[in-house]
Amino acid sequence: MDIFWIKAIIVLVIFGLSLVVAMYSTWAERKVAGYMQDRPGPNRAGWGGLLQPLADAGKMFFKEDFIPAQANKWLFIAGPCLAMLTALLSSAVVPFGDTIIVGSDEVQVQGIEVNIGILWVFGIVSLGVYGVMVGGWASNNKFSLLGAIRAASQNISYELAMGLSLIAIIMMTGSLSVRDIINTQHGGSWNLLYQPLGFIIFLTCAFAECNRTPFDLPECEAELIGGYHTEYSSMKLGFYLFAEYINMFVSSCVVSALYFGGFNYPFMDKVAEALGTDATGHNIATAIGFGVFFAKALFFVFFFMWVRWTLPRFRYDQLMNLGWKSLIPLAILNIVVTGIGLMFEIRWFSWVAVILIVGVALVQAALKPKAARGILEAAPVR
Amino acid sequence: MQLTNRSKKIDKSEMSLAERMYLPAIASGMAITLKHFFKKKPTINYPEQKRYLGPVFRGHHILKKDEAGRERCTACGLCAVACPAEAISMVAAERKSGEEHLYREEKYAAVYEINMLRCIFCGFCEEACPKQAIYLRHDEFVPVFMSRER
Repeated sequence: MDIFWIKAIIVLVIFGLSLVVAMYSTWAERKVAGYMQDRPGPNRAGWGGLLQPLADAGKMFFKEDFIPAQANKWLFIAGPCLAMLTALLSSAVVPFGDTIIVGSDEVQVQGIEVNIGILWVFGIVSLGVYGVMVGGWASNNKFSLLGAIRAASQNISYELAMGLSLIAIIMMTGSLSVRDIINTQHGGSWNLLYQPLGFIIFLTCAFAECNRTPFDLPECEAELIGGYHTEYSSMKLGFYLFAEYINMFVSSCVVSALYFGGFNYPFMDKVAEALGTDATGHNIATAIGFGVFFAKALFFVFFFMWVRWTLPRFRYDQLMNLGWKSLIPLAILNIVVTGIGLMFEIRWFSWVAVILIVGVALVQAALKPKAARGILEAAPVR
Repeated sequence: MQLTNRSKKIDKSEMSLAERMYLPAIASGMAITLKHFFKKKPTINYPEQKRYLGPVFRGHHILKKDEAGRERCTACGLCAVACPAEAISMVAAERKSGEEHLYREEKYAAVYEINMLRCIFCGFCEEACPKQAIYLRHDEFVPVFMSRER
């Protein structure tokens, strides 16, 4: 078989998988929300509510596709398309697995292997705000515009901290290729163990980039009705919501690739050895790695939902304070500390920053316990 | 003096570094939601599962008959007077000779209507009835139906 066709099949499978995962994320989101609120969640359509996404899609298609009279029609249509397009594009460089051997060809389980993979992800994610921005502006509605402005400024603010937290990883790996970053984590040396601070910053920024709670201010119902998609209905709204779930899946993939070793798992060399080095054995080993990567990514999808149903929304000034005054300085500190560590070839040196911060917090708590900080006792009962 | 003594004064002093890191508080919050995630759900899946309604439940109205199968209602109208929602209306009729096996008293309700959109299931009609004719079933809801035929 021609290598072109193998690649085409892989690309199609990745495309389909991210769509299916996004589709069932909507189901999982409602299920998780239900379970965390002591109720069963959707369970009417199909077994355990598994047909719910189809029912939702059917509903979306049958709703009136309304375009406001004062809206800029073409931009109004382009908005959700852009959101969807950018969401799907970013999964192209994510390496879902090692290689598969078909005949004499060895093909990587990945859309495209580019040596600037992580830059690709960043570029596309930055473009992602266009969909929101264009949609919000084209709606010709103050609330939509406010939502879009919020989304834009939030994404720009958190992209800085995200990029800075990544620089530490790139310094350690010496490569921008996601596959190289995964390969250097081979053998249990996951980046999480060396970059705890970077991981926390990256994860927080990933939440902000996906417009997920606690940073879902662009679609804050209490203040902005529906935010940037106030005027949207039918499948255009569906595209916006769907793009959010695809973004969630892709950022889960990126997090697990960068910090959790991607398709690496403990004792994978022994497993590969047991399966043999011929084509079939190699392909089975790749499939296991693919499954492991997928499990990690799905765990983070769950984590996104878990956080959503735990935390309330930040206020906008709190959001900006956190981004500019906490995460960016911390990310810069992380770069400096990692750099010092790399100079002396101590890979775990980033822990020093974490230990330092936790130590200061503990000392402060010990010196000034909560009772001594002038806590007001409850009024005495008469 | 407070009503319940359960209100707490809020600590508005400046947050310490540990508190400003948010992460310990987030972790404890997520532990709580995870605990609820694995908890047994108290939901009763209604059409498949039904719970016991209890002996004093006030459900579907019926006009009862006596042991001989004769209607108890005499169309006295006390239920309609007692009804706070004014849901009950009736048309009285006189029993003809030869109808003694159908109606217990000389007067009966030819039409007895309860407007189900108005009824609040308070059971006052049942309490007001001197003949124990109207009764709100303790074991059955008012049936739900979609067509107008029933």
